[in-house]
Amino acid sequence: MTASKSTEELTRVVIRFAGDSGDGMQLTGDRFTQETADFGNDLSTLPNFPAEIRAPAGTLPGVSSFQIHFADYDILTPGDHPDVLIAMNPAALKANIGDLQAGGTAIVDAHEFTDRNLKRVGYESNPLEDGSLSDYQLHAIDLTGLTVGAVEEFGLSRKDASRAKNMFALGLVSWMFGRPIDGSVAFLGKKFAGSPAIRDANVAALRTGYNYGETTESFAVSYVVKPAVIPSGRYRNITGNTALSYGIVAAGQLSGLQVFLGAYPITPASDILHELSKHKAFGVTTFQAEDEIAGVGAALGASFAGSLGVTTTSGPGLALKGETIGLGVMLELPLVIIDVQRGGPSTGLPTKTEQSDLLQAMNGRNGEAPVPVVAAQSPADCFDAAIEAARIAVTYRTPVILLSDGYLANGSEPWSLPDVASLPRIEPDFATADPDAAFLPYARDPQTLARPWAPPGVAGLEHRIGGLEKADGTGDISYDPANHDHMVRLRQAKVDGIAATIPEIEVDDPDGHAKILVIGWGSTYGPIGAGCRRARVAGHRIAQAHLRHLNPFPANLGEVLAAYDRVIVPEMNLGQLRSLLRAKYLVDAEGYNAVRGMPFGAAELGKHFIELCIKEGE
Amino acid sequence: MSVDLGMPQGHGLEGVPTADEPQTRKDFSSDQEVRWCPGCGDYAILAAVQGFMPELGLRRENIVFISGIGCAARFPYYLDTYGLHSIHGRAPAIATGIATTRADLSVWVVTGDGDALSIGGNHLIHALRRNVNMTILLFNNRIYGLTKGQYSPTSEPGKVTKSTPFGSIDAPLNPLSLALGAEATFVARTIDSDRKHLTTVLSAAARHRGTSLVEIYQNCPIFNDGAFDAIKDPETRDDAIIPLVHGEPIRFGVDGRLGVVRTPGGGVDVVEVDESNAADVLVHDARADDATTAFALSRITDGGAVRRAPIGIFRQVDRPTYDDLSREQAVLAGEAPSLQDLLDGPDAWTVA
Ligand SMILES: Cc1ncc(C[n+]2csc(CCOP(=O)(O)OP(=O)(O)O)c2C)c(N)n1
Ligand code: SF4
Ligand SMILES: [Mg+2]
Repeated sequence: MTASKSTEELTRVVIRFAGDSGDGMQLTGDRFTQETADFGNDLSTLPNFPAEIRAPAGTLPGVSSFQIHFADYDILTPGDHPDVLIAMNPAALKANIGDLQAGGTAIVDAHEFTDRNLKRVGYESNPLEDGSLSDYQLHAIDLTGLTVGAVEEFGLSRKDASRAKNMFALGLVSWMFGRPIDGSVAFLGKKFAGSPAIRDANVAALRTGYNYGETTESFAVSYVVKPAVIPSGRYRNITGNTALSYGIVAAGQLSGLQVFLGAYPITPASDILHELSKHKAFGVTTFQAEDEIAGVGAALGASFAGSLGVTTTSGPGLALKGETIGLGVMLELPLVIIDVQRGGPSTGLPTKTEQSDLLQAMNGRNGEAPVPVVAAQSPADCFDAAIEAARIAVTYRTPVILLSDGYLANGSEPWSLPDVASLPRIEPDFATADPDAAFLPYARDPQTLARPWAPPGVAGLEHRIGGLEKADGTGDISYDPANHDHMVRLRQAKVDGIAATIPEIEVDDPDGHAKILVIGWGSTYGPIGAGCRRARVAGHRIAQAHLRHLNPFPANLGEVLAAYDRVIVPEMNLGQLRSLLRAKYLVDAEGYNAVRGMPFGAAELGKHFIELCIKEGE
Repeated sequence: MSVDLGMPQGHGLEGVPTADEPQTRKDFSSDQEVRWCPGCGDYAILAAVQGFMPELGLRRENIVFISGIGCAARFPYYLDTYGLHSIHGRAPAIATGIATTRADLSVWVVTGDGDALSIGGNHLIHALRRNVNMTILLFNNRIYGLTKGQYSPTSEPGKVTKSTPFGSIDAPLNPLSLALGAEATFVARTIDSDRKHLTTVLSAAARHRGTSLVEIYQNCPIFNDGAFDAIKDPETRDDAIIPLVHGEPIRFGVDGRLGVVRTPGGGVDVVEVDESNAADVLVHDARADDATTAFALSRITDGGAVRRAPIGIFRQVDRPTYDDLSREQAVLAGEAPSLQDLLDGPDAWTVA
């Protein structure tokens, strides 16, 4: 940083990179994230992209953005309103300016603000000139022109040259916030190793952007956000889908089981299929099936044959898998079903987030078909949640549904890396033949009520199972009324009994005297935590608890709920957890619900919590 | 980009452990009471399978029968092997997971015309094109038996059933034409009542590496009795059954008076054979790369009503199997690297 410019210290900043789908905004965001991680801030990110792969260039539906929130303390959300908006064209400006903090900084590529482009998105006049942006600090810069000038020597076409403008923008913002760019230079070297001219142009654009900030007079100040005080250890930045994939790989290693993933591509779950298909050396087989039913069917077949069967999908796919999951309930075989939820119903909002599949996960099958349900609460937490789902599936011989969502899938945060040696083992405990006794495929472990897992290949354990009701013990087909009633209760008791091996729910209630409890599940963990923080900073008392296990609930949940005067359940649905809590615990839980395809904002929840606290005199 | 996948080969049972002792039919009979209707063709097929299993000489514990739903689908309960009676239409998908993860298992799917061709049509065609190493026995009684007699995708047009009191208006499909169109590598047909033929075909199907589809004409005396009378009735059958034998001219009928010849349009036709045209009779080549002739042969059978039908192996060609390729890729991936390294990734940092 040069001495000639002043620096200002900030504790937290939210930046949003926005441009056309083809402008490379996700890559720019990823690089800025990695630089920020290298610098030592805590961070949280949220990409937001259209469902169309390449909507017509320059149009509102084609806008893609990436938001990062970073701070010198531990943060919980990707931030509500950006302090800085980078807009690569009029469409990006128009789609995002409404979110920019009053007084915030807008950096726009003035080159793109031609009459034609303006008209295309419905600007009557040029917002860069008509004063409509006077509430913001506007930097209208010819990013395209400067980039093309900077990379002239590499002999690229004008079109190719101008493509590097995202790196110019990255360089400029990196300078503004004192981010080191060496890592990005190295990254570009690798990414474009095969085409030296493009590599050099991108590096030159990055450096020129950085230097531009330093030398141009229009940027008078740069900002310092000091590294966060984070518990010591090793960290990496990770998205939910990657963490979840690693959790599945780890579950295979921890159990000694081969992993078999049967999946049909669907947003936002496909990246798990992509990631797992790279890891054959870890004993992971992936099968891209003809549809979701085949995906889960093949996974269940693999489980029957002694592998850890896994299937990944989103809400529409879960609907298709219902019958096979019911078969899994009947067969009592391990099976992990991952639902990365998105906006519904039907095709809904494929690229947006929602948590509206909870009741589908709980009940979306015919008959009394209880299935354990586990939910991840943050991108990095997807790793632990996946291992937990596998543990329950293998230990209890049951399908388990793991709920993630679009926000967790694509959002990222620093992950405190686990020490592999300290991860808990998972014991498959396969059945062995006893020459003195007939094999009973539906005998029960007295502790877990799990039945023996007896994959083919063992003499003496030959058995036939299926979806028809089983006689207790023998597993023979049985139409006996009393047996059916007994088996229905037994399957339920097995799932209920899992509560014995899950931790009690912990409540974050700083002085133990709050009257209001906010309870959530899944990806609302961050926003609820941030909202509670705001209420507490404003002097109010409020308690927070978050559920990892939705079925069965932790054993102490009823007690916890009863201990508070008011129970608030924020959800990105119309009250699915709330209805479960009300039904099971007869508690007058109140919802806070929004189904916009976007995570809750910290400010929004904070405001709601503060109002509640004031009403309660808390 | 594409990768050359090579040609792993062997016969269908390679890798499946063989039994130490000779086996008998009894070894393969489970203790479950068989519950098909009296006279059901399924009994004959069960007896043939139980009788022929010892010939394969495989360890019982390495054999798995997987079925969907239907009368036919009860089959696995009656065999003392591993068995999975699953859900309607999905057996090929489930079997794909089993076959892909276990090279040491002999995998069999038992399915009906409704199970395989209606609700499970999608899984059937994809199993065939992938060529997963399994043998699919399609019990075609041209009716929904278990649900008490609705018409099926192989019922003849106009068929009067409970759900079609005015006659079915559905166009039927031809299972073997479908299989050939789906890139199947082994396609055969046999008949419940011809135990010897059934056994020969099943034995070849089991030994074929890849997905073998065997259509078995199966009589349902309760809901579709006589559906195959034309080819079963001693009066008519000689002129109705066309045995296909690889490398042999396709001649049939009393004293071989009939034969199959090519037509100028690219199809095949049945003609009376005498000295003048004997040389024109098609020599059956199940191993032909091109499935066109096999397809033409499959078209001799009318959609729906079976008046005349080739039986035997229509097509038997070698192609890499999905499960072999999948396992080969796993082997090529090498030893498991360190999980810790995977988790750490290239960009980890340390906070002191
Ligand atoms: C999802 C589902 N839909 C419908 C059924 C009802 N069902 C059971 S068997 C069957 C048809 C079976 O016909 P086919 O496959 O020809 O077998 P068959 O009984 O003739 O041997 C139907 C419709 C079912 N079990 N599951
Ligand atoms: S209904 Fe038909 S197919 Fe089913 S068992 Fe009876 S005879 Fe056999
Ligand atoms: Mg049938």
